[in-house]
Amino acid sequence: MKHVLESVESQFEMFQILNEDGKIVNEKDVPDLSDEQLKELMRRMVYTRVLDQRSIALNRQGRLGFYAPTAGQEASQLGSQFALEQEDFLLPGYRDVPQLIWQGLPLYQAFLFSRGHFHGNQMPEGVHAVSPQIIIGAQYVQAAGVALGMKKRGKKNVAVTYTGDGGTSQGDFYEGINFAGAYKAPAIFFVQNNRFAISVPVEKQTNAKTLAQKAVAAGIEGIQVDGMDVLAVYAVTKHARERAVNGEGPMLIETMTYRYGPHTMAGDDPTRYRTEDLDNEWEKKDPLVRFRKYLEAKNLWSEEEENKVIEEAKEEIKQAIKQADQYPKQKVTDLMANMYEELPYNLQEQMEEYKEKESK
Amino acid sequence: MAQMTMIQAITDALRTELKNDENVLVFGEDVGQNGGVFRATDGLQAEFGEERVFDTPLAESGIGGLAIGLGLQGFRPVPEIQFFGFVYEVMDSISGQMARMRYRSGGVHHSPITVRAPFGGGVHTPELHADSLEGLIAQQPGIKVVIPSTPHDAKGLLISSIRDNDPVVFLEHMKLYRSFRGEVPEGEYTIELGKADVKREGTDVTLIAYGAMVHASLKAAEELAENGVNAEVIDLRTVSPLDIETIIESVKKTNRAVVVQEAQRQAGIAANVVAEIQERAILHLEAPVLRVAAPDTVYAFSEAEEVWLPNHKDIVEKVNSVMNF
Ligand SMILES: Cc1ncc(C[n+]2csc(CCOP(=O)(O)OP(=O)(O)O)c2C)c(N)n1
Ligand SMILES: [Mg+2]
Repeated sequence: MKHVLESVESQFEMFQILNEDGKIVNEKDVPDLSDEQLKELMRRMVYTRVLDQRSIALNRQGRLGFYAPTAGQEASQLGSQFALEQEDFLLPGYRDVPQLIWQGLPLYQAFLFSRGHFHGNQMPEGVHAVSPQIIIGAQYVQAAGVALGMKKRGKKNVAVTYTGDGGTSQGDFYEGINFAGAYKAPAIFFVQNNRFAISVPVEKQTNAKTLAQKAVAAGIEGIQVDGMDVLAVYAVTKHARERAVNGEGPMLIETMTYRYGPHTMAGDDPTRYRTEDLDNEWEKKDPLVRFRKYLEAKNLWSEEEENKVIEEAKEEIKQAIKQADQYPKQKVTDLMANMYEELPYNLQEQMEEYKEKESK
Repeated sequence: MAQMTMIQAITDALRTELKNDENVLVFGEDVGQNGGVFRATDGLQAEFGEERVFDTPLAESGIGGLAIGLGLQGFRPVPEIQFFGFVYEVMDSISGQMARMRYRSGGVHHSPITVRAPFGGGVHTPELHADSLEGLIAQQPGIKVVIPSTPHDAKGLLISSIRDNDPVVFLEHMKLYRSFRGEVPEGEYTIELGKADVKREGTDVTLIAYGAMVHASLKAAEELAENGVNAEVIDLRTVSPLDIETIIESVKKTNRAVVVQEAQRQAGIAANVVAEIQERAILHLEAPVLRVAAPDTVYAFSEAEEVWLPNHKDIVEKVNSVMNF
């Protein structure tokens, strides 16, 4: 009788390229990115941090609806998205709006999504994605389906999906990785381990030492990566993508990260379940600080450049919220029109009734 | 007697039963240290310990199965589903398993479980957080569905639900959690399950409602009274099984009825009430029994919510057509 848990768990080590001081600790895995690409990655992270701050402020003013803060998770979200191709298919969770934006969802639509307007869910042409999933885990099984479909069609693309540490407890999580494994379907499954599922710490979520090791039971590759290190997340995603399109099967990627803000803007109070010490410990690992140091040492980034990005972001956000305000308000008759391809009798009748109500 | 909001009355009921019966266990996502996302279990873990009040991993089907298993070990589980829109994740545990436990085992086992969940709309939640899926559960024999409309009823009904040896789905309307306070007796008291409550006596028409729509109906009744129509308002309190006696007795008196639900019109509780009335009292009716309900779409996201949700004006309008039939 052989016990293997300890030896299996000990195999999972956190993959890192840039340490907290912005120093390369893993020379051989440094991704092949041009200076322009490196700067673009930084620009996106700075922009997204501003977007987060503005979104929180707009929410407090009652100008946005549902919003799940993203600060702290930029490297995890944007490093992974940066490794994708335009034809890849995204199945994000509710916190993963930035990936959609950088994949091409216009900002004003992201704001409409927050307000619960269906136009925020209408992906524009060329953006291959579904809108952020609310039901935790549902996107994982669907990703297996998208990936299998791509394989059947002979596409050289991947289905990419995201959940959190809490999400790994759902049946759908296991079903998704297992199905994709069984079909060797080109899927990349991200677990953004920000240590908490609302208030529940990951230690209470599972007895597993890492979330990456859950891949083993599904017979697929799994890796844990420093989710505050944008180069590491990028490199791992790039690798997973190559394997997947070469027919080597799906991969599970656990990014070690942290959300600085509350769970959502709907009344969550992190002081009820997190200590300030823990917050401070993680803010020291900040993805922007680390990458900025790295770029500055290479003479690729400066304060002026950063300020320019911040101003640009603020201006674009201002324009986008204006555009969202100008978009026609959602009506009940819009909901009705989107229920079926052809309206059944009850909805035809109700359509008339509500048209009249709405015209008053 | 204390003045309490409905959420406080619910916490009070949970505390009362945790004290009363050491087999009562309260669990779910974020119910422990955080006290639940609506704070329904606020302070309970500190008071009764993590053995009795605890967080679960994030999986509704897991929560449902855990409750069934603990029930088999003689516990009296009170799991929380964080939002009832997530019930689809635990439908098999509820309708496929706990509702059938007594039947399948020929009475050897049972599921003394109370599944609590916030439901309903009007509080600007995102997609799938607002829903009225009571009709879905009510279709399953073997389970009771209880929906309080006041703090007083919430406490008494929840205590009765926990003590009931059959599974109960106990639905708490989010809009009623903190919208008003009401008198709540201290200590324990029960309200019989399956018993409706006449919230307003009247002679001309019977309004049958539950949850938040009880308040819309009472408001409509006030407005109708100004126009000389005296409406009776029945709060079902338990939507499955129905208190058929109270409904039929009232309809025989008023000869007219309007059934009000916040849920979509298709299928559902109101359709069932209408069917029962016409099968049992058609010769007492002066007009068809009409329904007030939401339209047959998914729950409106925050923007269109106000037009989408039925309100007292819709009720007045329907009563007028019943009166003028
Ligand atoms: C099926 C389902 N159950 C519960 C919820 C409520 N809920 C929303 S987010 C959340 C915690 C998720 O934690 P995690 O997976 O770690 O992701 P994070 O929010 O930390 O990014 C919960 C319980 C939900 N949206 N869907
Ligand atoms: Mg998390």
